Amino acid sequence: MSEPISALNHASYDGIAKVQECGLQGMITLRGDLSDKVLAKAVKDATGQKMPGQREAFVDGESGVCWMSPDELLVLVPYVEVEAKLAAMTNALSGTHALAVNVSDARAVFSISGSSAREVLGKLAPVELSSKAFQPGQIRRSRLAQVAGAFWMDDDQTLRVVCFRSAADYVFNLLKVAAQPGSEVGVY
Amino acid sequence: MLILNCPYCGVDAEETELAAGGEAHLKRFGPGSSDDEFHDYLFMRENPKGVHFERWRHSNGCGKWFHAARCTQTLEVFGTYSAQTTEPPKEIKDAITAKRPGWTWREYE
Amino acid sequence: MSTRLAKQGRLIDRSKQVTFTFNGTSMQGYEGDTLASALLANDQMMMGRSFKYHRPRGVVASGAEEPNALVGLGQGNRFEPNQRATTTELFNGLTSVSQNHWPNLEFDIGAVNTHLSRFLPAGFYYKMFIHPKPFWKHVYEPFIRQSAGLGKAPDKDNRDADTYEHFYAFTDVLVIGGGVAGLQAAKAAAQSGAKVMLIEQTAHWGGRAPVDGGTIDNEPVDKFVEQLVSELETMGNVTMRSRCMGAGVYDHGYVLGYERLNDHKPGTQGPRHRLWRIRAKQVVTATGAIERPLSFAGNDVPGVMLASAMRDYVVNWGVTPGERVIVATNNDDAYRTAIILKQAGVDVLRVIDARAAAGPLAEEARQLGIRVDPGKAIAKVKGGKRVKKVAICNQEGIGGAREEVECDAVAMSGGWSPVVHMWSHCGGKLIWDDANAHFRPDPARPPLGANGEGFVVAAGASNGPLALGDVLTDAHAAGKAAAKAAGFKPKNTKAPAGETTQEAAMQAVWLMPANADVQLRMKSWLDFQNDVKVSDVQLAAREGYESVEHTKRYTTLGMATDQGKLSNINGLAILADALESEIPKVGTTTFRPPYTPISMGAIGGEARGEVFQPIRQTPMHDWHDENGADWEPVGHWRRTYAYVRPGESVHDAVNREVKNTRENLGLLDASTLGKLIVKGPDAGKFLDMMYTNMMSTLKVGKCRYGLMCSENGFLIDDGVVARIDEDTWLCHTTTGGAERIHGHMEEWLQTEWWDWKVYVANVTEQYAQVAVVGPNARKVLEKLGGMDVGKEALPFMEWRDGKIGDFDCRAYRISFSGELSYEIAVPASQGQAFWNALMEAGKEFGVMPYGTECLHILRAEKGFIMIGDETDGTVIPQDLGLHWALSKKKEDYLGKRAHLRSHMADPDRWKLVGLETVDGSVIPDGAYAVGEGVNANGQRNMIGRVTSTYYSANLGKGIAMGLVKHGPDRMGEIIEFPGTDGKTYKAKIVDPIFYDKDGEKQNV
Repeated sequence: MSEPISALNHASYDGIAKVQECGLQGMITLRGDLSDKVLAKAVKDATGQKMPGQREAFVDGESGVCWMSPDELLVLVPYVEVEAKLAAMTNALSGTHALAVNVSDARAVFSISGSSAREVLGKLAPVELSSKAFQPGQIRRSRLAQVAGAFWMDDDQTLRVVCFRSAADYVFNLLKVAAQPGSEVGVY
Repeated sequence: MLILNCPYCGVDAEETELAAGGEAHLKRFGPGSSDDEFHDYLFMRENPKGVHFERWRHSNGCGKWFHAARCTQTLEVFGTYSAQTTEPPKEIKDAITAKRPGWTWREYE
Repeated sequence: MSTRLAKQGRLIDRSKQVTFTFNGTSMQGYEGDTLASALLANDQMMMGRSFKYHRPRGVVASGAEEPNALVGLGQGNRFEPNQRATTTELFNGLTSVSQNHWPNLEFDIGAVNTHLSRFLPAGFYYKMFIHPKPFWKHVYEPFIRQSAGLGKAPDKDNRDADTYEHFYAFTDVLVIGGGVAGLQAAKAAAQSGAKVMLIEQTAHWGGRAPVDGGTIDNEPVDKFVEQLVSELETMGNVTMRSRCMGAGVYDHGYVLGYERLNDHKPGTQGPRHRLWRIRAKQVVTATGAIERPLSFAGNDVPGVMLASAMRDYVVNWGVTPGERVIVATNNDDAYRTAIILKQAGVDVLRVIDARAAAGPLAEEARQLGIRVDPGKAIAKVKGGKRVKKVAICNQEGIGGAREEVECDAVAMSGGWSPVVHMWSHCGGKLIWDDANAHFRPDPARPPLGANGEGFVVAAGASNGPLALGDVLTDAHAAGKAAAKAAGFKPKNTKAPAGETTQEAAMQAVWLMPANADVQLRMKSWLDFQNDVKVSDVQLAAREGYESVEHTKRYTTLGMATDQGKLSNINGLAILADALESEIPKVGTTTFRPPYTPISMGAIGGEARGEVFQPIRQTPMHDWHDENGADWEPVGHWRRTYAYVRPGESVHDAVNREVKNTRENLGLLDASTLGKLIVKGPDAGKFLDMMYTNMMSTLKVGKCRYGLMCSENGFLIDDGVVARIDEDTWLCHTTTGGAERIHGHMEEWLQTEWWDWKVYVANVTEQYAQVAVVGPNARKVLEKLGGMDVGKEALPFMEWRDGKIGDFDCRAYRISFSGELSYEIAVPASQGQAFWNALMEAGKEFGVMPYGTECLHILRAEKGFIMIGDETDGTVIPQDLGLHWALSKKKEDYLGKRAHLRSHMADPDRWKLVGLETVDGSVIPDGAYAVGEGVNANGQRNMIGRVTSTYYSANLGKGIAMGLVKHGPDRMGEIIEFPGTDGKTYKAKIVDPIFYDKDGEKQNV
């Protein structure tokens, strides 16, 4: 196997916030009955996290689990472990009606960090991002200008944004425009 | 620009996150149906000034389809509800009755 | 002349001089000036020319309602036409030019139109430019184009140097307007704990109340404003934005705010404008009121201004528009202007009051020595580029017995109209207020929000009250009402007490003098920018235009860039009078957003240049770009059309790729093809409904080509389906189809068969997929080593997981070219490395990458259809000879019932055939075949059309596919395709498979 390369290979930009492509992140789309105990155990075994409720994201570093819809989770694991974790999960769910697929390479991940991070994203997504409305532990799926995206917070000043790999270049350029110097909004 | 609450992910989504999917509660007619039944299923749609039932998809969001009951004249939203139902639930009908006594829509009232 | 006063000017800083230019002349102003006030200070009263008659125009207002003083601002890639001088903040180095004249502002050829005005009445264009028809293209259109538009469009080679952005904001209460009403409403709302956003279009808080005077809680208004602003600034739940105009109010509390960040300091880092996309639970409109002009002859001569604007120039900017001023009014408020001018040392010659009696302000004026003439009117203002004298007559009558007075400026006031735009944008209704002769918001009929309740509350002067005390009381109540409606409990507080001099009743005056004769009416302007006069509206009424909306369009009243802010009410009062009706019966035209024009840049926001729209890229995108890719957009994807080598034309490149792929080895980046995983106990049953053919019987390890129809029976997609395991299938879709077909599947699963146990996931972008095509395809894979890709180990239409070289992959033995062909999927993160490995290993086998045009030609040579070419949303599988893909065993699938409808089974439907030109040429794309006879419109009857047409380098001639009436029964017949190039292409109907009919090449 040759060295895998993420969509933008760690490209970064410094403006009113720091924008960075995070490199490869192991990701598994898991669809199934989220109230199923076998499924919950498989998720816990893979990530160490409990089952998230509606729009919750339990993420710690490169591992975690995000609620995507009533029958879908995004399971995060370190990239090098994704095949092994997926195999274990598939094995654990062999008797359950569920679908687990590796989507690590189908995505790009960005971080936006700094005191204006919320404002940068607030220019692109029709979502209230005040600290009252959006905090670490939550996930939101929405759009980033003209493409779909999902985001959660690592901490109060760091957003993590996921989009499709093919749109990585577009999203990075969007974030650069939104983070251009002198464009602080001053509300969040 | 409308805001509809997605009953699946709980988000008050603005219209740019949503995709409209036409009239709700169509009954599918397939092989074995008469020409008239099939024609009506494909083409005949309500076009009311007032209470209407529609399908929407939270396409830039959780991806789920849902139903919305709203007024086409004032854009008032009476409620949104699951897509996995063949007719509006009672609480939605009651909510409409409270605001629009005497409303009718297809066979519902 | 107009000049700077020694004193006054609350908004200017006389210690900071600013240099700017107007039409190339360098001038001086002060920081805090608007361009309009600075021009007046330099005695530049004339600032432009009107649209139709090119009449000299001076500034008439002091704010957003200004119709006349429009200029071109900036230079080069920052030039912008049609900017209002009254809302342009002055800065050092500002350059401005006046508009709509040639050769210059002072002397303009177009002004001849004013002498032709008798021949250019309302509806002139409609009446004139009808006959004769041939004149349309060569006479009328060039004429109209030449005279259309006010300012000069920016130079197309000078792309806007600035950036713009959007911002999504959310608030409980949004207050539009930062005058005393808006400030007070914001405070009242914020005291409840509600989140409040307050936006103001100008750079200053307080609106016009500080100019108009009076006291609030026994303090001067300025002081009250200062205290209130600092109080609001300390409240954590209040966001305040100046230079941010409420542009429009839309459904469900959606409001656009237009923030001008850098217009007053161009070139500063950061975006120039920001469009706020605000969602508010409640909106308070505190947008004030606008003074109406009076309609008298010559009311458009430079030097005639609104009375309120004149006192704004004195108080705010220390500028007087004239030295000898006459005030004309129908209300008490205009006396404030007379008093302020007099106190500033300006000669106020008369107040001409149409009423018989006035209130205490008139008495105050008299005591200052100002002559007040009750019951009088202006018969006519004389002067060309500047007011010279005024003829005064009785208001009652036709305008006889005039007395002439020399002066250089006229202040006029016809009363005040609330700014109801924001109230009206989303459906709020108005009522007519007889006492003040204006429309104001009808609180019983507000715009309705998502819950069916009103979501807009009007406050202060925009709600009707005009006196300071009433304004504050109303605004305070509005702020509380909005907070309450947003779900908060307002504090039990009282409004501050505003005190101003009591005013006597105004009197509606729609024409001066009341029965002005036609000569005067033809010179009485309603719409200054578009040159609509009282006589035009009266003519429209005589010609049968009874609806105010029709009259507006016929006369162009209110259709200029100011959207009738000054002319609306006056115009419809004249119309009502002409129709012998009442104003509320005639009604008003619809107010539409934006309130004033906003920049295209702000609307586009970030979407320009490289982020104008998303461009989807495959993992090998950069390689293609570096290797001569001629790009083709496919949906949002960019795919390589052909790899053009130095010295080659695109056509050459395509021919080279076509030949090489058939003879040696070609590589295609097929990563864009959709890949959907469908899994579950009911997945087979589900796919049998989705596809026209049977997918549940497909064996694990095998592939099958499938067709998808809509419920209407029309083809929507096709692709190869692979069965991965007992309950998992992988469905390939077309490039543009992945998201659409994924959505289509989810729709049926979620809304019709929600009890079926099936999950779908879109894994399109997880893989880089490469088609390895040609006689040497197996050789290159074998050279890389790994899995067995031999004829027995991986037969046609099967797939295997394994390794090729170092790469984990899934290999599909499928062919869209008729060649020996593999499609290899590897993880996207290794796509480029895999492509490199194939290119390197393929050197000895004559490898070349090929693009989409080559793909198209190869498939067309084989008679394979392409969704979007052979199909257009009206084509069914039967039209394309694909009966074999329609399962007869299945009871049901999407489209099956539709195929039984009579039109679908019609033997006259056009059917797919191959087409071969008689002379080997290529039939033009989109050409139609014509048959015998003509249709009802006298056109040749159509009997078919081309769907795909190419030059085949392998066959050395043009080949095509097309849909032809009774086509398959007409083999060998020659039909005609007239081209748009004047030639007629003769083509023989043939079998659509042009190459390797028996499929021997792919079965090796």
